[in-house]
Amino acid sequence: MRRSMLFLPGNNPNMLINAGCLGADAVIFDLEDAVSPAEKDAARLLVRNTMRYMDLDGCEIVVRINSVDTDFWRKDLDTVIPCKPDVILLPKSAEPADIRLVDEYISDLEEKLELQKGGVQIMPLIETAMGVENAFAIASSCKRVCALFLGAEDLTADLQCKRTKEGREIEYARQRLVVAARAAGVDVYDTPFTDVNDDEGIVQDARLAKALGFTGKASISPRHVDVINEVFSPTLAEIEYAYEVVEAIRVAKEMGKGAVSLRGKMIDAPIVARAERTIAMAKALGLDRTEV
Amino acid sequence: MKILKVACAGTLESSDTYVELEPCDELEITVESVVEKQFGDRIKQAVKDVLSECGVECARVRVIDRGALDCTIRARVETAVLRAGGED
Repeated sequence: MRRSMLFLPGNNPNMLINAGCLGADAVIFDLEDAVSPAEKDAARLLVRNTMRYMDLDGCEIVVRINSVDTDFWRKDLDTVIPCKPDVILLPKSAEPADIRLVDEYISDLEEKLELQKGGVQIMPLIETAMGVENAFAIASSCKRVCALFLGAEDLTADLQCKRTKEGREIEYARQRLVVAARAAGVDVYDTPFTDVNDDEGIVQDARLAKALGFTGKASISPRHVDVINEVFSPTLAEIEYAYEVVEAIRVAKEMGKGAVSLRGKMIDAPIVARAERTIAMAKALGLDRTEV
Repeated sequence: MKILKVACAGTLESSDTYVELEPCDELEITVESVVEKQFGDRIKQAVKDVLSECGVECARVRVIDRGALDCTIRARVETAVLRAGGED
């Protein structure tokens, strides 16, 4: 389960050493924008050692490498893949060929290092107009793709529009990515809310993302993690309703009924599927039914 | 690995370590640390371990530690070695 993903600068030991206690479901060790070209070598080794020696308390590890149009990405992978990160976040993913290039390179490393083949997943970061246009092809480009990730800052620069808190300029991209990811059967993550001092703004932005169908949301500040986790977790009322749906279906089947209603509404297959997802998430969060 | 030129890595920020390397005919390591009394020997040992793993036998090494963890110290020393060095 991955609701929140927190970016941490790859060359900042003060942030990296706290990675496991900031509350995020996943941390993103950033070797790209947060690291100057002259410090890429230092950041790679610091990130590698953090993965190698630190206990991150079950927190999922994502590494944002540099994009395939740079000279850095191969060295990034050479350094971090031996430590078996969960996910490689690939910036500027614009077409399926970008993903396949990285997939092949990781496969070669896995073979050379005798690691489990396919153990490292890829999350394409969609942050260009071309990436949005190719979203479904990218999401279904290889088996390693576990999710799409929307990057609104670079995208709005590419679209030649202003990035706003309201986010009307990225409405199309958000919806396009959700549809593309769901059609491909993978998860989808929303762009960070960048005003770390706007406590109400992050709540609204996270709620909007959830309402659109995003699986979770990224953050550039530990201050946003709790809000994101809360918004993307099922409420107690939702969990209770989910159990009622499953129970109603069970009873209906026992009685040989083809259709069933609950609280005055017809229960059909999509509602059951949603209820099952809610229950699975509640169990993953450790929310026992007795708490409902 | 031979140390061919002066190089440095890391910063003087909290939880980091600054490492400076320069060519020398022998191995000289000096450590300044905010936790020198408690961990000075361990820091020096971590520096020696990395130098040994990198095959560095001779160098003048200056370490200014700001309370970094072992994994950070090792990363900074290795970075400095790679920046300063060349194959024998």
